[in-house]
Amino acid sequence: MRGLFAFLAGGLFGTGLLISGMVDTAKVQGWLDVFGDWDPTLAFVMGGAILPMAIAWRLTSQRRPALGGTFPAKPDPRLGNNLVVGSVLFGMGWGLAGLCPGPALASVAFNGIAGLVFLLSMLAGMWAAPPLRARLDAATGTV
Amino acid sequence: MPIDWIMGLAGGLVIGTAAALYLLVNGRIMGASGIVGGLVDGSGHSSGGERLAFLAGLIGVPGLIALIFGAPETHITGNLAVLVAAGLLVGIGTRIANGCTSGHGVCGISRLSLRGIVATVFYIGAGGLTVVLFKHILGVI
Repeated sequence: MRGLFAFLAGGLFGTGLLISGMVDTAKVQGWLDVFGDWDPTLAFVMGGAILPMAIAWRLTSQRRPALGGTFPAKPDPRLGNNLVVGSVLFGMGWGLAGLCPGPALASVAFNGIAGLVFLLSMLAGMWAAPPLRARLDAATGTV
Repeated sequence: MPIDWIMGLAGGLVIGTAAALYLLVNGRIMGASGIVGGLVDGSGHSSGGERLAFLAGLIGVPGLIALIFGAPETHITGNLAVLVAAGLLVGIGTRIANGCTSGHGVCGISRLSLRGIVATVFYIGAGGLTVVLFKHILGVI
């Protein structure tokens, strides 16, 4: 059952990415290109996605997930340097290729060799990240 | 309102519905980098089946739609150096920051998480500066 609903959620996520045009790197880079031909589509996608999710978060109070377990606790409110450093690195890669993890996965079936090269590089980066993160934590602590 | 904005809003609502389903039914945060990253570095092996099922839907369903209706325009670069550098940065960055556009952006901002909001400000800011530098100044992308 968990697998079935996980598959459905993944499929819906991918369908939404396709409908919204977020698998198109030109639309994403267009959003980031404030000094060029700026494309505000991404803001509509974000707004549309946050709306049902805000309702879902409200529904979690005093309840449990339908398939059991508990809802994720609110994360540690401290920001931490890893949050800032990681987000800056992520943003640089996002700007360079116009792909973030969701769309990179959703488009790999039809993005040819280029899509596969990006995805494999991303997986390599994810594999390499934990020791880098541990070093960053040890060196700087939290802000 | 341009059709692209309407499609963006409609697609966004579908994405948010997917995130709401994954939260309310499975009790999980729908963050693409966390779901796949936990499989890559081994931290999420206890929920491996659920993660793989999610990824099967995320890759397979758009693949099937593209097969039936034709693949959408993607404009992905053919520059291998850019693809590798960008992929590494996205992979390392999202795992160090513990989230990407779906986890910090969609799931974090919607619960007014300060971490999600700060992460989103920094990755959009860094992405914007990167596009300015590499497109308008260096002309690489």
